[in-house]
Amino acid sequence: MKKSIIHIDQLFKKYKDADDFSINNLNLIIEEKEIFGLLGPNGAGKTTLLSVLCGLIKPTSGKFSINDLSYQNNATEIKKLMGVVPQEYALYPTLTARENLLYFGSMYGLKGKELKSKLELSLEHLGLLKFADKKVETFSGGMKRRVNLIAGILHNPLILFLDEPTVGVDVQSKNVIIDYLKELNSKGTTIIYTSHHLVEAQDFCTQIAIIDRGKIFAQGTPKQLIAQTENASNLEDVFISLTGKELRDVI
Amino acid sequence: MSVYKETLLLKRDFGGLVILFVMPLILIITITLIQDGTYKSMSDVKIPILLVDNDNDTISKTVRKNLNESGSFEVLSQLKGKNITEEIAQDAVFKGKYQLAIIIPEKLSSDLQLKVNQNVDRIVSSFGLTDSTSTNVKNQTIEPKEIKLYFDPATQLSFKNGVKNAIDKMISQIETRSIYTTFQEQLGEGDEPVFEQESFISFKEIVPTINNKEILPNSVQHNVPAWTLFAIFFIVVPLSINIVKEKSQGTLVRLITNPVPYAVVIAGKTATYLVICMIQFYLMVAVGVFLFPHIGLPALDVNGKLFLMSIVAIFAGLAAVGFGILLGTLAKTQEQSAPFGATSVVILAAMGGVWIPVFAMPKVMQFIAHISPMNWGLNAFYDVLLRNGGILEILTEISLLLLFFIITVTIAIAYDKKKRAV
Repeated sequence: MKKSIIHIDQLFKKYKDADDFSINNLNLIIEEKEIFGLLGPNGAGKTTLLSVLCGLIKPTSGKFSINDLSYQNNATEIKKLMGVVPQEYALYPTLTARENLLYFGSMYGLKGKELKSKLELSLEHLGLLKFADKKVETFSGGMKRRVNLIAGILHNPLILFLDEPTVGVDVQSKNVIIDYLKELNSKGTTIIYTSHHLVEAQDFCTQIAIIDRGKIFAQGTPKQLIAQTENASNLEDVFISLTGKELRDVI
Repeated sequence: MSVYKETLLLKRDFGGLVILFVMPLILIITITLIQDGTYKSMSDVKIPILLVDNDNDTISKTVRKNLNESGSFEVLSQLKGKNITEEIAQDAVFKGKYQLAIIIPEKLSSDLQLKVNQNVDRIVSSFGLTDSTSTNVKNQTIEPKEIKLYFDPATQLSFKNGVKNAIDKMISQIETRSIYTTFQEQLGEGDEPVFEQESFISFKEIVPTINNKEILPNSVQHNVPAWTLFAIFFIVVPLSINIVKEKSQGTLVRLITNPVPYAVVIAGKTATYLVICMIQFYLMVAVGVFLFPHIGLPALDVNGKLFLMSIVAIFAGLAAVGFGILLGTLAKTQEQSAPFGATSVVILAAMGGVWIPVFAMPKVMQFIAHISPMNWGLNAFYDVLLRNGGILEILTEISLLLLFFIITVTIAIAYDKKKRAV
């Protein structure tokens, strides 16, 4: 039986001046070594949930633990276990890919030969080794996404949080990124992933939760979710069936 | 590693580096050259002024002689080959062509002499030494005279007051001499002066000394510390932009989600930008010591003071870095941080006494000046450079600067935490 690695209990988050809760009494258990997809329309609460779990923002109320450690009391320990790949290219544009990665790797305690060898290996794996000493500002969107990913995984995190890691990249870059993430998962990394690419999610994720208005509407493997939904042949049908067709413009 | 990253980021922004190091140097050279005249006893530049002499007698001659001898003025009585009238002088000055016109009225010398004679006669007669020939003089009515001064409306108040005081002193001396001479004549003491006409009371300025050598203030001793502080505080602009960029680029997300405490990241920025401040400081001092003598300015005297000056610079740098971190944390965009940073530094400089001495400010501003970090830094520099002060004399100021750094950084970290709790 798999061990639960993330345990969320009655979590609420309401932003100042907001009318509604972004996370509304959310309960969730994520098991280790899963590729867990958080899917939902704009404003559903996906990024807010990831931000709370990463320690970027504090919840209004509720508790959560990661690897059996309560976040409230073990923030630093938990941060060592996790890697974060934000939606933005969270890199210094005037530094080279190598300089960026040396810096972010060192923040997780990596240094010397270990850091350099991990860096070279990751760069090679994602096809960036020959561009390692070029400034990031000269990179294409796909290249920046790949460097962004490496910055989050250099320290071999136990849990990896990915906020739309393939948005705005070409098919080739997307495939390289997804393959690399699958390889990481096969080595034991639990991946928590948000995306609007439902086809990609259906193929990539081992577990999916459909979230809307801060609550989880359904959870299971992609196959289970499709089977549970009437007239659904893919994840998109499930998604529409649960969240509706109305536009979700948010400010 | 944070320091290395910050250094790389600065190195890659060549334009920013040029602004950080070259602009303060240009500023300090320009300002010191401009202000040098204010501190020199004999200025190289003579201000042309108009003199309308309707007296043509001893007083007007004395005024002209004294003005010429002051070395500060070029006295003009003719324009385009024509004698200047009061109307011409007024028109020229009010149009800003000249700073000042002095109009000496008719019969000023003779009427002054007449008035002095009357007064002396009255005094002498009260002692029973009446001279019957002077009765007519006693009864004559003499109207008071006035010397008119026209100033360009754009002339600074300090210049106006200076000129007014100098002319007032000149006239007083002439009156005194005239009184003494008349007494001497009335008492029939001959042509040899009986009364000493030189001032009995004079001023002597006692200035601090080092090794029996007087420390004489000059434009360099005043300007180098003042504008060095100004440059040090300008670190606020690039530092706040650096922090705002981290927010907009998303790198702040990585800095917050990694296990290294945010205070360590702030410490990395503090160390890097403090080094920049110190490089700026030593560059400014080097310009003062080595370059100024080659461009006709006095050399900055740092003999035996460089260590204490460096201590002041470190604490001033810390205060500036703290302010930059706070501004960068509070600002949401570069459009907010850059103009606010620049203008706030100019305001702090004005409040701190970089341009106008604090004692010359209104009471309210004097109070505000004393809570300005730039004023603490400036006072500490003056304590070292001009007042021959030691570490004890600057202890209060550097403690205040350190406290300012601690408070600003604490507010920045607390605000950042609170913001993430919303």
